Amino acid sequence: MTDGPQAVVIEAPLVKPKVGRENWVMRAGLAVIGVYLLVAVVFPLYTILSKSFQDSRGLFVGLDNYAEYFATPALFYSINNSLTVSVISMVITVGLAFGYAYGLTRSCIPGKGVFKAIALIPILAPSLLPAISLRYLFGAQGMIKGLLMGETIYGPIGIVIGEVFWTFPHALLIIFTALSLSDARLYEAAEALGASKLRTFFTVTLPGAKYGLISACFVVFTLVITDFGVPKVIGGGYNVLAVDIYKQVVGQRNFQMGAVVGLVLLAPALLAFVADRMIQGKQVALLSARAVPYEPKPDRRFDLAMLAFCGTVAFVIIGILAVAQFAALVKFWPYNLSLVLDSYQFDLMDGGSWGAFWNSLKMAAWTAVIGTAVIFTGAYLVEKSKGFEHGRGLIQLMCMIPLAVPGIVLGLAYIFFFNAVGNPLGFIYHTLIILVLCTITHFYTVSHLTAATALKQMDAEFEAVSSSLKVPFYKTFVRVTVPVCIPAILDISIYLFVNAMTTVSAVIFLYSADTQLASVAVLNMDDAGDTAPAAAMGMMIVYTSATVRLLHFLLTRGIARRTQAWRKR
Amino acid sequence: METDTSAAAGEARPPYLKVENVTKKFGDFTAIKDICLEVFESEFVCFLGPSGCGKTTLLRAIAGLDIQTHGRIEQAGRDISNLPPTERDFGIVFQSYALFPNLTVFKNVAYGLENRKTAKADIAARVDELLQLVGMPDQGPKYPAQLSGGQQQRVALARALATSPGLLLLDEPLSALDAKVRVRLRHEIKELQRKLGVTTIMVTHDQEEALTMADRIVVMNEGVIDQVGTPLEIYRRPASPFVADFIGAMNFLSAVAGGDGTVRIDGVGLSAIECVCVQDEGTAVTLCLRPEDIVTRGVESGAPNAFEATVADLEFLGSFYRASLTAKGVENTRFQADFSVNLVRDLGIEAGKTLTVAFPADRIRVFADS
Ligand SMILES: Nc1ncnc2c1ncn2[C@@H]1O[C@H](COP(=O)(O)OP(=O)(O)O)[C@@H](O)[C@H]1O
Ligand SMILES: [Mg+2]
Repeated sequence: MTDGPQAVVIEAPLVKPKVGRENWVMRAGLAVIGVYLLVAVVFPLYTILSKSFQDSRGLFVGLDNYAEYFATPALFYSINNSLTVSVISMVITVGLAFGYAYGLTRSCIPGKGVFKAIALIPILAPSLLPAISLRYLFGAQGMIKGLLMGETIYGPIGIVIGEVFWTFPHALLIIFTALSLSDARLYEAAEALGASKLRTFFTVTLPGAKYGLISACFVVFTLVITDFGVPKVIGGGYNVLAVDIYKQVVGQRNFQMGAVVGLVLLAPALLAFVADRMIQGKQVALLSARAVPYEPKPDRRFDLAMLAFCGTVAFVIIGILAVAQFAALVKFWPYNLSLVLDSYQFDLMDGGSWGAFWNSLKMAAWTAVIGTAVIFTGAYLVEKSKGFEHGRGLIQLMCMIPLAVPGIVLGLAYIFFFNAVGNPLGFIYHTLIILVLCTITHFYTVSHLTAATALKQMDAEFEAVSSSLKVPFYKTFVRVTVPVCIPAILDISIYLFVNAMTTVSAVIFLYSADTQLASVAVLNMDDAGDTAPAAAMGMMIVYTSATVRLLHFLLTRGIARRTQAWRKR
Repeated sequence: METDTSAAAGEARPPYLKVENVTKKFGDFTAIKDICLEVFESEFVCFLGPSGCGKTTLLRAIAGLDIQTHGRIEQAGRDISNLPPTERDFGIVFQSYALFPNLTVFKNVAYGLENRKTAKADIAARVDELLQLVGMPDQGPKYPAQLSGGQQQRVALARALATSPGLLLLDEPLSALDAKVRVRLRHEIKELQRKLGVTTIMVTHDQEEALTMADRIVVMNEGVIDQVGTPLEIYRRPASPFVADFIGAMNFLSAVAGGDGTVRIDGVGLSAIECVCVQDEGTAVTLCLRPEDIVTRGVESGAPNAFEATVADLEFLGSFYRASLTAKGVENTRFQADFSVNLVRDLGIEAGKTLTVAFPADRIRVFADS
């Protein structure tokens, strides 16, 4: 029968599994998600790539545009500028965030909850807002411009301060998590071995937080180099890549050069993304299931020092926001300091309106609802479906791409793709739909990962059990999967909502007269010289995001109470 | 002679489940190879084997959860080889229970019934009946998280049985439980299965579980079936050294076949051991004998298969002693024998003592070395 022990001759017929009704539903679902991601991610990015090789009439010109780019010092100097401010902001933010997180996890300072809440506030603001505050603080008539000792705030100094404010919570969240996952037993061992506090810090604390710190570095670097709001407002003559794209497209209508700059900007973002993935892949779980969480012991001098540090950082964060609110209420800075509501008459301003605010609310709500539904369902199909290995792998890859794509590049790609002659989806151009689509895509990856993590924690056999009971998987999805994952689903929707409220970069090219957004209004009013109303609108965004966050908190707590009978954690 | 009751009775009626030449590959890796198996109505069959030998793979192929790459499966006369699980007829219980955490015990058990558009009152009656059956009446309103592991597994069992499937599949249902609960549930499950008469396949790596629960055991090793038989057959007449080693304690002794139904150990000292297996003269073979089958009380020197052996070591294991013995004059032939506490006392067995022991011919298994 067989020639040797190795040769396994299979004589039985190959089985071709019958595709049941459910399988068709699942396949159709996967196909829909696949097509969605192709249209929302891959095709637009392909279009921007091909545009960078074309002239203004759409003829292929090879690398001509790139040659022109690198022959124009005014353009390629920006690469250096962008890298400089990104690296400096990264070092400062990660350093500050580490100190702050260290205080929250390793000292006995009072009010840790309040400190953490304050540190997270900047997430609720568009990046334009701190830049506007900086004008009031350090501008020509700034409140404390003496502190700069003659240097101007309009340039790298302003950009770095603004970016540090805006990226601080992102770094803090990552480092805080890394430091929280420490094992008290390691500290006890170090103490028993007689290691000094400093030695323990370098041999236990830092190695334990290493991956968190690296991740925070990449996140901050990427956020800064792709941010458009801060340098737009406070960058002065200091050109950076993200603003260059805007200037090329909006100022000079040079779309090809915009595409080239976009791809130049994509490179470092993509590199940071790939490097981070590779390094995190090396991470092994340091924390065993039996780890004992670290409980700091009071140490008066150390605690006072940490309190002073965290207090200062928190004061600066609140201060910057307070200045924006103050600016919004002051009648005419610095000559008439009476407080009035004039700046809230958005309808009287150039480039702003209350309509923009309502549009933003509408857009954020749609983004949260549709985005959560699409992303969670997509993650479910990718995680729980059977077979189709290659297809699912591709979809997973497409889900990861948006994290590496700067918002402004995505926005530009959307113009190219959806405004192209003959695109059957062209009708969504200049509507709210394209804003929602672009925003969902921009924040797809993080949401997808949140959903995937929650789904992975569910028992892998729910689908098997349900099929043995002849209950179609989609019924189990509705009756079991969704209710069990409600916390993750709420997290995704709040994340999408807040980001949709604050984002500027992804939508700056895509809004129309009818679909002005609050964050765009901040930019346009500031551009038109209406700085106070811009600050007022920026603060409106902060208050809205904060309110929604608070609602989310109450809702989550209510659900946790109601479902604690069956939720163990 | 042991009688293989179920198999003999089975020849008369057609098998309920027929697995023919089933192979499952994961990429280039073949998890199970050319499996053939018949399971009869109302039978309790255990797949037994070490972890990773392909038990779950075979079970999932039968369920249609991971359909085999090759081969045919027939259930109740119907070819189900390529059908998705929803078009098959089975209930399944997993090691993890896989109870829906957000649904009460009642809702969990009713899950499959509700989808069948059964009347509400009928569902309630059926769920009550099932909870009664698994010994958990009045627990309906609780959530799974409020139950112990054993109770959760009972609920999972009730849920799997709710729709009265023709085939019950259990994948290591007891592995996650404490030893005590495990032993109790073993009996409960077996009892329930006998009462309902549902054809059952259970996967386990625990030989004791298989021996106590199964009507027939399917011993698997590296993706193939080594032996199928009743617990007694498997224990008494293992079909391969692997099965011999995997189930119970066993002595393995190198020997040479005499060609006339005899084997010789170490060429000298022992000879003329009667043997049920015939091998060509001079073939290297392995002789297998269980420690508890070695006899010494009333064995005269010169009796068949008797020889002198010295006690090297005596280990007290509670209800019996396990002695390490070396054949006299052949120090490297070492084997173990189980002696009752009585015997050790009566004969004054202790380390250093020489005994006359016999290997009963009908208990010796001989396998050719490969
Ligand atoms: N989905 C899969 N992909 C690849 N290999 C698998 C998969 N499932 C099981 N295997 C492999 O097939 C072999 C048999 O697995 P399994 O049937 O789960 O073993 P058992 O249940 O006997 O412990 C193992 O070596 C396992 O690694
Ligand atoms: Mg298994």
